[in-house]
Amino acid sequence: MSKIELKHIDKYYGSNHVLKDVTLTIEDGDFMTLLGPSGCGKTTTLRVIAGLEKPQNGVMLIDGKEMINAETAFYEMPGKRGLNLVFQSYALWPHMTVFNNIAFGLKIKHIQKQDIQSMVMDALEKMRIAEFRDRYPNELSGGQQQRVAIARAIASRPSLLLLDEPLSNLDARLRIDMRAELKRLHNEMGTTIIYVTHDQVEALTMSTRIALFSAGTLVQTAPPLELYTNPATLMAAEFIGNPRINFVAGKASCVNGRLTVQSDIGEYSFTEDIDLQEIPGGDFEAVLALRPEQIDIDVEPHDGYIESSVFASQPAGSETLLSIQCGKEQLLAKQIGIRDYSINQKIYIGFDPRKINVYSKESGKLLKHVRITHQ
Amino acid sequence: MAMPQGHRRFSWIRLRNRVWGVISNPFNMIVLISLVMLFCLVIIPLISILRTTFTLARADVRRAGGTAGDFTLYYWQYLLASNMSTSVLWRPLTQSLTIAFFTCIIAVPFGSLLAWLMIRSDLPGKKALNYLILIPYMIPSWCKAIAWLSVFRNSRGGAPGFLEGLGLTVPDWLAYGPTAIISVMVLHYYAFAYIMVSSTLRSVNSELEEMGEIQGASKLQIIRSITLPLVLPAVLSATIMTLSKALGGYGVSANLGARINYYTLAMRQHDFVDGNSKNLGYAMSILMVIMASGTLYANSLMTGKRKSYATIGGKGSRSISLSLGRAKTPLMIILMVFLVVALVVPLFILLMESFQITTGGGYAPSNLTLYNWIGELKDAPEGIQHVGIFKDSNFYSSFLNTIKLTIVASIMTAFFGQMFGYISSRGRGKWYGMLTEQLVFIPYLIPAVAFSAIYLAMFSVSHGPIPSLYGTFTLLVIVSMVKHFPFASRTGTANMMQISVELEEAAEVAGASFWRRIMSIVMPLSKNGFMSGFMLIFISIAKELDLLALLMTPKYRTLSFLAFSYSTSAQAQMSDACSICMIVFVMLTYWFSNKVLGADLTKTWG
Repeated sequence: MSKIELKHIDKYYGSNHVLKDVTLTIEDGDFMTLLGPSGCGKTTTLRVIAGLEKPQNGVMLIDGKEMINAETAFYEMPGKRGLNLVFQSYALWPHMTVFNNIAFGLKIKHIQKQDIQSMVMDALEKMRIAEFRDRYPNELSGGQQQRVAIARAIASRPSLLLLDEPLSNLDARLRIDMRAELKRLHNEMGTTIIYVTHDQVEALTMSTRIALFSAGTLVQTAPPLELYTNPATLMAAEFIGNPRINFVAGKASCVNGRLTVQSDIGEYSFTEDIDLQEIPGGDFEAVLALRPEQIDIDVEPHDGYIESSVFASQPAGSETLLSIQCGKEQLLAKQIGIRDYSINQKIYIGFDPRKINVYSKESGKLLKHVRITHQ
Repeated sequence: MAMPQGHRRFSWIRLRNRVWGVISNPFNMIVLISLVMLFCLVIIPLISILRTTFTLARADVRRAGGTAGDFTLYYWQYLLASNMSTSVLWRPLTQSLTIAFFTCIIAVPFGSLLAWLMIRSDLPGKKALNYLILIPYMIPSWCKAIAWLSVFRNSRGGAPGFLEGLGLTVPDWLAYGPTAIISVMVLHYYAFAYIMVSSTLRSVNSELEEMGEIQGASKLQIIRSITLPLVLPAVLSATIMTLSKALGGYGVSANLGARINYYTLAMRQHDFVDGNSKNLGYAMSILMVIMASGTLYANSLMTGKRKSYATIGGKGSRSISLSLGRAKTPLMIILMVFLVVALVVPLFILLMESFQITTGGGYAPSNLTLYNWIGELKDAPEGIQHVGIFKDSNFYSSFLNTIKLTIVASIMTAFFGQMFGYISSRGRGKWYGMLTEQLVFIPYLIPAVAFSAIYLAMFSVSHGPIPSLYGTFTLLVIVSMVKHFPFASRTGTANMMQISVELEEAAEVAGASFWRRIMSIVMPLSKNGFMSGFMLIFISIAKELDLLALLMTPKYRTLSFLAFSYSTSAQAQMSDACSICMIVFVMLTYWFSNKVLGADLTKTWG
């Protein structure tokens, strides 16, 4: 239940510029994920919000109240920001029982003893670990420790919950369970959550919004579907989506609001959904981007379908990945279910031109986006 | 690249917030206090002593000419370029270096080998061995010198020793001088290499060695190209430490060298400071500091930047044992025999000698007496004017002083050590962390005798609000404390590094103040490390002689000093009795802290 505004945050470690002019608004009740490869500044951003790092420039407001103002060297103490944090390592105090780990922060806030009791039990029950209340952290499994760490963070009912790669130390199955659990928790408590991860599946499945970072810069902030459908840059397009998006080189020009691109997968003209301001003048190099699931495959020729051949086929039960040679380009296509193709088999591929993103090769910026329609 | 906080206009609010931010954080205050304290206790003494060596003292006015307080090069000239240089400086220096060199090349490889055998091999009887190997560290080096004398003393040193008593003639070169000094020092200082190398080996993930095995390397190849390079920094540190200790050691050389006029640098320096040429002694202290710094510089050149490797992996802390094969039993027997000959026999002879009427006179009932322990003057044998130690009020006051000093000084030292350790571990890569680490290290470079000389010079007069501390208990505590800062902060740093910063941050986010975090998180988690560090310092201070010899006054004599003065006045049995009390005290304390409080010496080095 908090709105967080970061304005022009800069953070240096010595001469190493780790956060570059980051401006980000997180709305009340958002599940905001900070996503990016390791070393991109997402954890530093989280630590700045928590108050564990002091940025050299910038302002941060929580619900309109100033928490950071580098101009006046004002940094509110972490304990007074009304938030709590779950560390990647859990950071459970090894010398305290589960109960005391959770009660510690409540005791500091001078809460009545009976209230502490009920708040701790409430948090434990929410995380379904009430039976472990008297155990020590080293007597718990990784997944149980994780639950204790979350219980500790939510016990004081913070209006803002920060999570730093909380699931990265869990095995694959537990991770999926915990994702669901966190999503429910967000729903039940209505707390604003800021979640750091390098795992795009986590980001896409859990968040209401995603902030994509690269090398200390905020690249794009968008809801998951928007980010997946229309990555703002080539780098973002490459990072989001698994299997990764197909890039096809092309020659482009724009005349009277009509963007024309020539490539190995055909010539396309767009008049809608294009960003005229970003389009350079004259002829220029462009990149067409197409998601693997948008490619349709048939063994018979069709109108508008392009003749290609199978480079390799990877059936994986629920889906089949197909590497396709089309002219000089190699494309990846994804089909649901088990399909059987032989190597070098002749096939025909087709797709809806409206589902293609067009980028400028030089600036890397999105020139033509895909209109999002909810089916 | 734009620098952080580039061109920003001056603002009062900003200044106020910044100042408040620094002041209101107790951590900053602790750093400030520590730095001021270290500056006063380490840097100022060093500067003041350097100044003293260029100032003419009243006692030397007639010899050097001029007036007291004048600037003079007399002392340095006398030491370095006068007809006395050879006998006061160069010969003792050569002799000190010889002793230090041989001590190092024997003690360090031996200690390292022991460490490897104990940690990495399947040597049988490890538990008993570990205890036996550490005993030498708990016995003061001067006690060993006395034990050596009780075995090898010949007629030159007053009453004969054990071997002479058996009718053998012990030549001087064996009883006294370099051979004796080196042997005793080796038996003492191998413990350094053992403690340091074994804690490093313990942290080396054995998967690294297993990987070598998988690649097909032989045991010898694994040791040579994997284990040895990984522990090399620890071996070098142990070498430097041994070198510095051997160069500065006074007790052993004084006991074993003086009788045949074999003088080392530390002995010369001690005599200067104790006698009328204090400033010469101080100048000599500076030379010893320079030598110690030189060895340290050599160490950093050799190890380069790779001071230590990050050897701790998350998994596989399990340690494998390399099989010694058929060498197993013989090795263990050799070790046992060595330990028996080197430790048990001398200790036994030391104990027995304290019951003898005539030393070296055999163990016939007619030569045994309890007089040295509980005798009263009326029963005194001919020529003896001392009562037995248990009837001697001096003994009790010395024992009490030792206990008082040891407990007070080691608690304070361990406390400051944890504090410095906290600062250096949390300030890794920051200026204050590095400065603390460097300042705290300086006392390590100063040989014990030189160190006490410096403090003697500093505190024998009053400075402003600080009264003259000469002859006070406070001075003994301060000297013991500062001299042990390097150890204490090293163990403190190792201890604090084990407490993840995130544990503190988690408490910070929960709203815990700095002091609350220290009390509820850092203190409980550092308890065991604190105990081990405390024990290391406790043992070291309890047996201290070199450091305190110069500062002794009748009122605050320690047991070590009492034993030493008995020994120099040819009262061997009394000296033995005191030494035994000392050893029993140290071992009992260690046993107690090990069993009850969980201290472990081999884990203090981190």
